[in-house]
Amino acid sequence: MKGMTIIVKTISSWVKLLIFLFGIYIVLFGHLTPGGGFAGGVIIASSYVLLMLAFGREFVEKNLSLTASSRLDCVGALMFVAIALVGMFYGAASFFWNFIHQQYLADRATEFKLVSAGIIPLCNIAIGLKVGASLFLVIFALSVFCNDFRCKGSARELM
Amino acid sequence: MSDIPLVLPAFVCIPLVAAFLLPILGSFGRKGRVVATALANLAALSLLAMSIASTNQFSVYNVGRWSIPLGINMVLDGFSALFLITVNLVSSAALLFSVRYMEQYTAKPKYLSLFMLMVAGMNGVVLTGDLFNLFVFLEVASIASYALVGFGCDDEQLEASFKYMVLGEVGSMFILLAIGLVYGATGMLNMAYISKAIQNNPTNVVLCFALALFIAGFGLKAALVPFHAWLPDAHSSAPAPISAMLSGILIKVLGVYALVRTIFSIFGISTTVGTLLVVLGVVNMVTGAFLAIGQGDLKRLLAYSSISQVGYIFLGIGLGGALLAAGASPVWASLAILGGLFHLLNHAVSKSLLFLTSGSVEMAAGTRQLDQLGGLAEKLPLTRASCAVASASIVGIPPFGGFWSKLILVIAAIGAGVYWAAALIVAVSVCTLIMYLKVHRYVFLGELSETRQQIKESRGSMAVAMICLACLCVFLGLVFLAPALRAELLEPAAKVLCDGVGYADKIMEFSKDMIVCAD
Repeated sequence: MKGMTIIVKTISSWVKLLIFLFGIYIVLFGHLTPGGGFAGGVIIASSYVLLMLAFGREFVEKNLSLTASSRLDCVGALMFVAIALVGMFYGAASFFWNFIHQQYLADRATEFKLVSAGIIPLCNIAIGLKVGASLFLVIFALSVFCNDFRCKGSARELM
Repeated sequence: MSDIPLVLPAFVCIPLVAAFLLPILGSFGRKGRVVATALANLAALSLLAMSIASTNQFSVYNVGRWSIPLGINMVLDGFSALFLITVNLVSSAALLFSVRYMEQYTAKPKYLSLFMLMVAGMNGVVLTGDLFNLFVFLEVASIASYALVGFGCDDEQLEASFKYMVLGEVGSMFILLAIGLVYGATGMLNMAYISKAIQNNPTNVVLCFALALFIAGFGLKAALVPFHAWLPDAHSSAPAPISAMLSGILIKVLGVYALVRTIFSIFGISTTVGTLLVVLGVVNMVTGAFLAIGQGDLKRLLAYSSISQVGYIFLGIGLGGALLAAGASPVWASLAILGGLFHLLNHAVSKSLLFLTSGSVEMAAGTRQLDQLGGLAEKLPLTRASCAVASASIVGIPPFGGFWSKLILVIAAIGAGVYWAAALIVAVSVCTLIMYLKVHRYVFLGELSETRQQIKESRGSMAVAMICLACLCVFLGLVFLAPALRAELLEPAAKVLCDGVGYADKIMEFSKDMIVCAD
């Protein structure tokens, strides 16, 4: 993919930041408003997809390399398991125990504040990271395999 | 008692952490890949040690301290423990085998990651006490296996993987629809509470339909005969250690375990369903055996043989269930169930060993077509010996494990007065003997071709994995013969199935105690 016209390139270089920020907002406020880790992650990934469409695959690969995004993908999943595991060694000790809420927030009126609900915002961040990185990888792979119907070499390198 | 509840989530946690840690490690060059491989093996071995430690216990774990029926619980009973041991035994052997075998492929860290996800899914299916959670873990294990079947990325493998994926998802959708119907009819997702609700209202038409969907969906995962078409393709295209995992445990956990747990513990066994399982088992035994004899591809032959052996397991468990439901003497019923479960353990070990030997043959000779092989006995002595042991076990030759499980099945069938089933078990064993004699005749005996004079057997991890499983094939007979081992492993498992819907009372009683302790 070579990228599109200068109009598309200019507009998308303005819009990408807003989309990215909106994704972060959806992730962070996931426990208060509609949305959450998955929806926010998809929006974050879509800002990269916009770049991929406007500027071409090579440009995006320079920005966010495949190794980095696949590491981010794993880190997101590891974070989620780690949050669940910390509950196992904390206070009342149970897998997925909401230790922050029970320990610090239960007796304060934190409803509808950003810092509330204990581990749930943390889980949302982990899921957002995981979904954003993996969806980016999925679309990247699709764009590679799209060429693969014509020449068989490039997809083998990705595997 | 205090440290056991901690263990239950660990069966899912350890492989899950490993699955996401290994690709990160693997992305740091060669040394990282070596560390990742070592860690994966360590994780598999620790799971095996934990599953051995968890035999003959009963424990319930409420995830996040949400009490049932609101939260999800994990349940360890005798039936789960038997499957946990089987899963972790085969997965540690297959992982040890892949240390050397998977060097042929690129992207080993991704392979290890998918492998660990599959193990996490299977351990989750075995341990969960929540019907929807079972579906989630089932999907985790299935999706990892779809990717692993197509791991080689050749056209043939991708086609097999696609076929497997389409049929597997059809099965999953049946299961999801059934779970939705059960949830609609009872308002519960926890297995114990569903079971209670069904006992209060046993003749609900929606629930009968859900049971039929469960049998179709889990039957597809277990490759019961009308739904078996994906299995030979998928199991023969996958890399050898993955074929060992798929044939050895995946069809048993996703198919046999989930179906038997649903029928026995949730819906309660009836004579009709028991008879249906016997019929399906018999059809599987006969069809699988006849289709296997005609195969020209080593791994396809083994895959068809798996279909046939799953039939034995369903025959045993179904016969036991039908006898229980009919109120006949519980001695023969529990013996039939015990035979079925013991055959499951034997088949898991011997079939995974056979697939590992087929991998060794394919790696050395470069093909798995029976008519192009021959004379490999001198070149691959260890492979030949372990293949002989595994074949003897699966056919049912006296000192090996498979003999004892088939003997129990025959005795139970005769004791229950079902003489035709006993005769059929023996007859299909003869067919099995024919197909494995064919394997030995074509692969190991005969003339070695000129081009293969230089081939060598791979020593090291592959040999160690094969020898360990071959020793197990020999000693599994002891699990039945030694009373202590039998009381630890097999009898608790058979007892859970004989108790049937008593499962619900047991969990509720245990959970009641737990809530009192927490307060």
